[in-house]
Amino acid sequence: MVIEVNRITKRFEAFTALKNLDLEVRPGELVALLGPSGSGKTTLLRIIAGLEFADEGRILFDGTNAGDRQVGERRVGFVFQHYALFRHMTVMENVAFGLRVVPRDKRMANADIEKRVMKLLSLVQLDRLAGRYPSQLSGGQRQRVALARALAIEPRVLLLDEPFGALDAKVRKELRRWLRRLHDEMSLTSIFVTHDQEEALELADRVVVMNNGAIEQIGTPEEVYNMPATPFVYEFLGNINRIDCEISHGKARLWGVEVTAETHDGTPVPSGTLKGHAYIRPHDITFIDPSKQEGAPAVVRHVAAAGPTARIELAVEGIPHLIEAELPRQQYLELGLRTGQSVTIAARAARVFPPAAE
Amino acid sequence: MSPSTANSTLAGYDDAPPPPRAWGGSWRQPSVLPGFGITMGFTLFYLGLLVLLPLMALIFKAMEFSWEQIWAAATAPRALAAYRLSFGAAFIAAVINLFFGGLVSWVLVRYQFPFKRIVDGLVDLPFALPTAVAGIALATLYAPNGWIGKLLDPIGIKVAYTPLGVVVALVFIGLPFVVRTVQPVLQDLNKDVEEAAASLGASRWQTFRRVIAPSVMPAALTGFALAFARALGEYGSVIFIAGNLPMKSEIAPLLIIIKLEQYDYAGAATIGSTMLIVSFLLLLPINVLQRWSRLRSAEV
Repeated sequence: MVIEVNRITKRFEAFTALKNLDLEVRPGELVALLGPSGSGKTTLLRIIAGLEFADEGRILFDGTNAGDRQVGERRVGFVFQHYALFRHMTVMENVAFGLRVVPRDKRMANADIEKRVMKLLSLVQLDRLAGRYPSQLSGGQRQRVALARALAIEPRVLLLDEPFGALDAKVRKELRRWLRRLHDEMSLTSIFVTHDQEEALELADRVVVMNNGAIEQIGTPEEVYNMPATPFVYEFLGNINRIDCEISHGKARLWGVEVTAETHDGTPVPSGTLKGHAYIRPHDITFIDPSKQEGAPAVVRHVAAAGPTARIELAVEGIPHLIEAELPRQQYLELGLRTGQSVTIAARAARVFPPAAE
Repeated sequence: MSPSTANSTLAGYDDAPPPPRAWGGSWRQPSVLPGFGITMGFTLFYLGLLVLLPLMALIFKAMEFSWEQIWAAATAPRALAAYRLSFGAAFIAAVINLFFGGLVSWVLVRYQFPFKRIVDGLVDLPFALPTAVAGIALATLYAPNGWIGKLLDPIGIKVAYTPLGVVVALVFIGLPFVVRTVQPVLQDLNKDVEEAAASLGASRWQTFRRVIAPSVMPAALTGFALAFARALGEYGSVIFIAGNLPMKSEIAPLLIIIKLEQYDYAGAATIGSTMLIVSFLLLLPINVLQRWSRLRSAEV
């Protein structure tokens, strides 16, 4: 199903949660709404679901206006952050709920309901626990019950609000993969909200980065990570080093290299000399031989070498905060870096923006 | 690890489920707080002194009669009529309070309106008001020439000086019990559970009946039991509005007072003991029911 969000604005008293926002989700897509808290991502999800209503703008499901339909009529599967299970019902009854509240003349026979529920429970691998109450389940199991319950009504679209937020890291990772598989197998259209960039980048077909009630960038995980459209996306996605620099005539000099400045909305960079920020990913920092190439002198302050990449904190002359670099383990071993060692660094890639007009 | 997780094939997906509830075992549980002995001892002593001792005295007083005398006093027609009124009116009043008290707590929790704090405070007044004052006020209002009685009299409804008046007084004094037990539970009820029900296609009524009501049920039962128990023992407010006609609008506590005034102490104790035993037999199943529904809806 195609979901079109058309110039949606939502205000809560004096606070504007969403500002004139547009978004289109294509059939079969898994889209992540990613942003810090207060960016409006959950509000947008709730408006799509029909749990909240926009002050302006329209929501279209397959081209028809969904705005005047109540949440129950939209056939959306909504998975709540804290599961929202009915705690006085067994797992079985929780999942069956959506089938039992159908008007009597359209309701499935009891036996069919039970068959459908058991099928869903085996899909989420909880068929053995059908008779338990939610209080007898672990967090990951509860989340899967919530998912099975949402899927029982055969939704046209699946909406998940911070689906893995309350789970610990290992369970979260398992469930993430499992959700991706489920989404592909059932060919659903899904939107999920998260503030965890890793989750968004790993799981989604497209990531919608939100900030302050507006969309900063929409793109594939690769696009938003490698080609961030705005300084905000740069800082929000992945680790980043931000360095103050000076832009003159559209160019900045950084560690012996000239970088062309750009603006996030494509307008020309103001001429003359102005202050700006350079953004460098930690893995784009290289350790070089100063006799062959121009670079910046630095001192190694701390090394965290556990895992496949080594994280190195560097004190660079003229920069008040530490710079973070990442090296593959093998390269780190070859360089033999040690705390206190003097090195020379350069940037493989960097982007320079004038300060955002805020 | 509990056996239920040991043989599970879900291992890859599972974090540990909560451990099963411990039943029985040692009375004394390891705790960071000391003082099991002294607090338990004090509790038993205190309950014994304050609750059990007077009740024992009551039953011993009744035992001054022979068994035949006890049976005769306990089942005298006037006593039976008084039990019927006391238990019947208390039950009806508690049921009314269950519904309307539930409604009041719903309104107080769910809606914002001017002077909400004051309305909320009003609920407690029946607790604080001397019961005799309440009784006189109600009798004045519902008497055939009172503000409300004047309106009801022409259509043939008599409240004051009838069993109906007893119910009115008991509803009045029982209201806070239901409101104050249901209110906090409604407050804690997560809105997302209701939203989940709505997103699954449930109507508002279905959401209320299948989701909200069962969650509130244990608290509502507690409130019901409290209101019922309070109504059984109520004396002050009832005697002013009841009219106190023997066999018709005379409540059991009043009959006890009448026996006392006639120096029939054993007779009074017999009726008192009968009330005590019947109340206990009625409250016990309510408690069991309450416990059962509470277990089913354990905190998630």
